[in-house]
Amino acid sequence: MQCPKCHAAMHTYNRNGVQIEQCSGCRGIFLDYGELEALTRLESQWQAPPAPPAAYPAQPAPAAPAWGAPHGGHHGGHHRQRGFGRMLFSS
Amino acid sequence: MLGALALIARDAVHGGGACRCGADEVRVLADREDGAVVRHAGLVAKAHAPGTEAGPHAARLALAGRPELGGILLPPVPGPRPERVAGRPVTVWPYGPPVDPEDPDAAPWEEAARLLALLHRTPPPSGAAGRLPAMRAPAKAALAVARMLDAAPAHPAAATVLAAWRTVTETGTGTETGTGTETGTGPAAETGALAASGASPDSGAPRAYLCHGDFHLGQLVRDFRGDWLLIDVDDAGLGDPAWDLARPAAWFAAGLLPGEAWSRFLGAYEAAGGPATGADPWTRLDRPARALTVQTAALALAKSTAERRGLDEVEDVMIDTCARIASARTASGSTASP
Repeated sequence: MQCPKCHAAMHTYNRNGVQIEQCSGCRGIFLDYGELEALTRLESQWQAPPAPPAAYPAQPAPAAPAWGAPHGGHHGGHHRQRGFGRMLFSS
Repeated sequence: MLGALALIARDAVHGGGACRCGADEVRVLADREDGAVVRHAGLVAKAHAPGTEAGPHAARLALAGRPELGGILLPPVPGPRPERVAGRPVTVWPYGPPVDPEDPDAAPWEEAARLLALLHRTPPPSGAAGRLPAMRAPAKAALAVARMLDAAPAHPAAATVLAAWRTVTETGTGTETGTGTETGTGPAAETGALAASGASPDSGAPRAYLCHGDFHLGQLVRDFRGDWLLIDVDDAGLGDPAWDLARPAAWFAAGLLPGEAWSRFLGAYEAAGGPATGADPWTRLDRPARALTVQTAALALAKSTAERRGLDEVEDVMIDTCARIASARTASGSTASP
């Protein structure tokens, strides 16, 4: 089809499943009946990518004494498992 | 001893009747010098430590049975039975499943904290009949150091543990204790005096609260409803409740207890109105936590030496923490107070 405004050729594009015609000359866009509503609907469904989920509520590290283990240097993994077992016993 | 306990437990369950209990329900749960426990189905029989004094033992047993501590402390099972075996007091209690050592994520930190807070908030029984001894947490720390000095005086790490212990026994009320208490009496005399007198390293407690005296996760069992209860009143009595939080505090400070678990424990204690902490919990917890760190390290040296083995990684962590305790106090003592 030809552009009703500048009479240049119009090319069909598929935008998110909606067929639209764009003029190769003036870049104007022609929408068939219902296509504007379809685009509006798509726009409302589009959502900003979700923020990275917070696995835990961000909490400040608990206070520790001056002689505490260096922050971030906590012993994890098997230390933790073994340490837990020890916490079950009097010492 | 274990055989006698097994018979007492069996009689408590069945009287003279037949026993069809499964083999997994009849077993030794603990066989330590400070206590032996044998289970028979729904009950356990416990032999308390040799040398347990009758008076304080009776007061502690009565405490566990007090109605206002229902839901907090496991009550003993009364009944006619031998009160002593081989000179050691014997008691019978309901059996309850303990904390699962294989599942740290399921550890009932909040419930433990709430139970401690409720215990601490309960007014001590009044009257001479209910007179309670002091809780034994400070004495146990001193005894651990004495045991280390006896069993492992030449261990390369013993000096580190003693240096940390001196920060606990220094006179003064806490956070900005200066230096100048070093005397020529030596560590042995120092710890001996503390242990013998039963003196608390914490002299600043304003009033005496009901305390467990040896809290750790092994001191919790579920009752028949599935609710957690505190067990073992052998070290219970009056004192500063901060000592009951000292072991988790020490493990957290050592880096072995994740901060997340410590926060849950402390938060639940404060939410339940526990009196052991204030705006800055470490003002009260610092010294007891140092004492428990020293206690754990001292027993590690004594036990590893007796077993002719090296320290394992958890024990190494406690020694490292003792080194930081000693150096932190040296640093704060050598600079002007703010």
